[in-house]
Amino acid sequence: MNLPRTVVGRNVWKVEGVTLVTGGPAFTDDIHLPGLLHGKILPSPYAHARIKRIDTRKAKALPGVHAVLTYKDVPRVPHTTAGQSWPEPSPYDTYLLDNKVRFVGDRVAAVAAESRAIAEKALRLIEVEYDVLPAVLDMEQAMAPGAAVIHDEPDSTGIHDAARNIAGYILREIGNVDEGFRESDFVFEREYRTQRQQHCSLEPHVTISWPDGDGRLVIRTSTQVPYHSRRQVAMILQIPVSRVHVIKPRMGGGFGGKQEMLLEDICGALALAARRPVKIEYTREEEFYMARTRHPQILRMKMGVKRDGTIVASQLTVVATTGAYGSHANTVQGNTGSKVLPLYRAEHMRFECHVVYTNTPVAGAFRGYGCPQGFFAQESLVDEIAHELGIDPVEFHRRNVIRLGDIDRLSAQLGEGKAGLPRHIRSCSLPECMDRGAAAIGWTSKRQALPAPARHLKRGVGMACTMQGSGIAGIDWASAFLKMNEDGSFFLQVGAADVGGGADTVLAQIAAETLGVSLDKIVITSGDTDTTPFDVGAYASSTTIISGGAVKKAAEKVREQVLRMAAKMLETPVENLTCGDNRVSTVGEGKKSATMTEIALHALYKEKTQIMDGASHFNTDSPPPFCATFAEVEVDTQTGMVRVLHMATAVDPGIAINPAQAEGQVEGAVAQGLGYALTEELVLDDAGRPVNPSFLDYKVFGAKDMPRLTTILVETDEPLGPYGAKSVAEVPINGPAPAIVNAIFHAIGVRFRKLPIRPEDLLRALREKEAADDQCV
Amino acid sequence: MEVRLNVNGKAKQWSVAPGDLLLDVLRREGYFGVKRGCESGECGACTVLIGGTPINSCLMFAAQAEGSDVLTIEGLSHGDELDPLQEAFLDHGAVQCGFCTPAMILNAKALLNRKPHPSEEEVREALAGTFCRCTGFRKPVEAVLAAASRAGRKAARREAAR
Repeated sequence: MNLPRTVVGRNVWKVEGVTLVTGGPAFTDDIHLPGLLHGKILPSPYAHARIKRIDTRKAKALPGVHAVLTYKDVPRVPHTTAGQSWPEPSPYDTYLLDNKVRFVGDRVAAVAAESRAIAEKALRLIEVEYDVLPAVLDMEQAMAPGAAVIHDEPDSTGIHDAARNIAGYILREIGNVDEGFRESDFVFEREYRTQRQQHCSLEPHVTISWPDGDGRLVIRTSTQVPYHSRRQVAMILQIPVSRVHVIKPRMGGGFGGKQEMLLEDICGALALAARRPVKIEYTREEEFYMARTRHPQILRMKMGVKRDGTIVASQLTVVATTGAYGSHANTVQGNTGSKVLPLYRAEHMRFECHVVYTNTPVAGAFRGYGCPQGFFAQESLVDEIAHELGIDPVEFHRRNVIRLGDIDRLSAQLGEGKAGLPRHIRSCSLPECMDRGAAAIGWTSKRQALPAPARHLKRGVGMACTMQGSGIAGIDWASAFLKMNEDGSFFLQVGAADVGGGADTVLAQIAAETLGVSLDKIVITSGDTDTTPFDVGAYASSTTIISGGAVKKAAEKVREQVLRMAAKMLETPVENLTCGDNRVSTVGEGKKSATMTEIALHALYKEKTQIMDGASHFNTDSPPPFCATFAEVEVDTQTGMVRVLHMATAVDPGIAINPAQAEGQVEGAVAQGLGYALTEELVLDDAGRPVNPSFLDYKVFGAKDMPRLTTILVETDEPLGPYGAKSVAEVPINGPAPAIVNAIFHAIGVRFRKLPIRPEDLLRALREKEAADDQCV
Repeated sequence: MEVRLNVNGKAKQWSVAPGDLLLDVLRREGYFGVKRGCESGECGACTVLIGGTPINSCLMFAAQAEGSDVLTIEGLSHGDELDPLQEAFLDHGAVQCGFCTPAMILNAKALLNRKPHPSEEEVREALAGTFCRCTGFRKPVEAVLAAASRAGRKAARREAAR
């Protein structure tokens, strides 16, 4: 029987919402621990150097200092900081502390002291003598003969070619691309460049660690990956996994930056050394260059098309830098191919990528995970091709995009650092997304000619189509556990890690819907390795579909138990019963019912049975959410400023479990995409030092900078998702940069192939265009 | 040294060091709704209202708050009754991670106290000092506008009942 849904699809309040709006203690640092010490890390001042001598005696002698650690004091265990399923597809090239530093900000030493001021003073008392080495800052020079070798240590593993600074190399082809280009009427090829973007979670990385009464190491931390962190910390500190307890409180944003075991190891090491609680909290400046960034890439995109606009072959050749360590090196870059090229139905596709080490801040996971770079190149080139062929970009997309029933074969070749699984498109509303996005922006009329409000102001509209995944096929998995209480409520325990996007609410909604109870009857605990079952964590747009799938399965099992218990109480066959409205009722005539409270009391005290069950879940496919992004811009040809007037984003998230939250994900992603397009770049000087590590100098879109936003959810029913849900949080970040670039071209006839588009670049390009136009005349 | 001030309507007397930031002292005293996002006056997460005016508590020494009336997010609701702004933020899905939410709500509170019926432009101006990486600001702006009209309706009802 298909009952109307009562909780799924509703805009309920966030389950932790009241705590958040009243300022309740919710986050990692919202706790007072007696005897808490402050940990600080001594960052390397050099991009590449060997530590010749390090003397910590003066620091240790400083009153109030309880621990000082250098590479001499800790186990040397090669590992990756990438929070990924074991065995991680990232190279093991990182050490808790090392005798070599590989970027400005790399760990030299760590201290724990009674106050932050004492800790900072202790850092200044550590004497370090460096043998400064030549630094490799440019990714194109990293592979050149004679370039300094960044990972010359013998014990790192999983590096593709350490002698040439190549962390990873990918080459995949379906069909025959060279043949495809020969078959094409036109072949286009362009180069694109993307920058170093930082996550800027408002809550910086923060970890508090202490040995508990039983000597187990407790780690309270702002992480997207509690279980991976537990496994990694245990390995690095050489203690059993069972001696580590990771707790993830509420998180103040992550965006991939916390899919990383970043502070947990060093904070744990300090806590064990000091035998006291230790907190390490990055300052905003440290967050910019000692945490993680998006991978900068140089992309060569080549496409062959027929005269009618059919794409025959596409090839993407990428050089990317992972910075000093290879965290997520292979997988982010793999995505740049596997999630981008298959948007089109071209028969021939080829993706090649070198991921190189440089002596720069470490790149890692960041919302979009390689797709913003790839789609910037692909959707810019597609716009250029459509223009050259005289086809409207929306029409060009319509002819070429992947559609319902298609199979993406590139994904079968290119998975998580190895071969993957083919993607079957079982749900897709991309054509309708394009229609509705175009209508919202006024595409048809504005593509003609836009009236300029003043001579020096030019307006244009542009668009882009993008997709993503929903979990990593065959790898991401999750579990959930439910038990019933006397008052008819249920404890829901999940290892999933709500980053702040509302996962706990969505998971509770799925449980409530399945059990036929109101949302207040679900009490969720998440992200605690002692009290909740395993989950890979919050990344790869997996939580709703994978963790949600586990919750639904567990809730179905528990509902079965509830129904059987009610059948005994009501003396009626289970088949006659249904859950809903916080009770179990008979269907049909002679209506009888028992409330959930009555059932729970009966089970616990009459039958002496705890109604409880758990379930695990994974998918062998990763259904893509789709997105059509439309931008309207106004270019000031006197100042070079680009003002975005309107962003219309239409997304296919499957079914939205909580539509308001889903819209919020879209809007936040668009804001970050706007920064990626126009303002955000962590700039390094010629010694590899960060130039702008502050919110004053690194410009993020604020309340007054944001354009008008139109958000459209074009729902589909995905067979592999709980209640038809796919994912929504990542896909909308991919479109803004190419849509804006294409809108700028529409406005002023200039193409930008490097991000961010700065006013000075725009003015220079306009001057060059004017000079070229004059030449033609 | 001792500092005497009013926090959320309650008289407090705290021992502080001359260099202690108001942010640190408030958090030390358990006002965890006051957040540390940058410690340099750029992100606004540490916003409190002093005499009704939004102030970055990371840019102020605790000693400077001597004799002040400080309102933190903890003082906005009355028991279980949320402020209309708090309710509107939840109704409109304007809370994501929630780290900047107290600051956004307090900035909005200061605005609505000054200007009960602001324009969207004025709301954006009021929120411009608060850095939010999650929402893209559409829903927070909507929430503030909705709270303003809700509060306006409540006031009108009170007026009519009189």
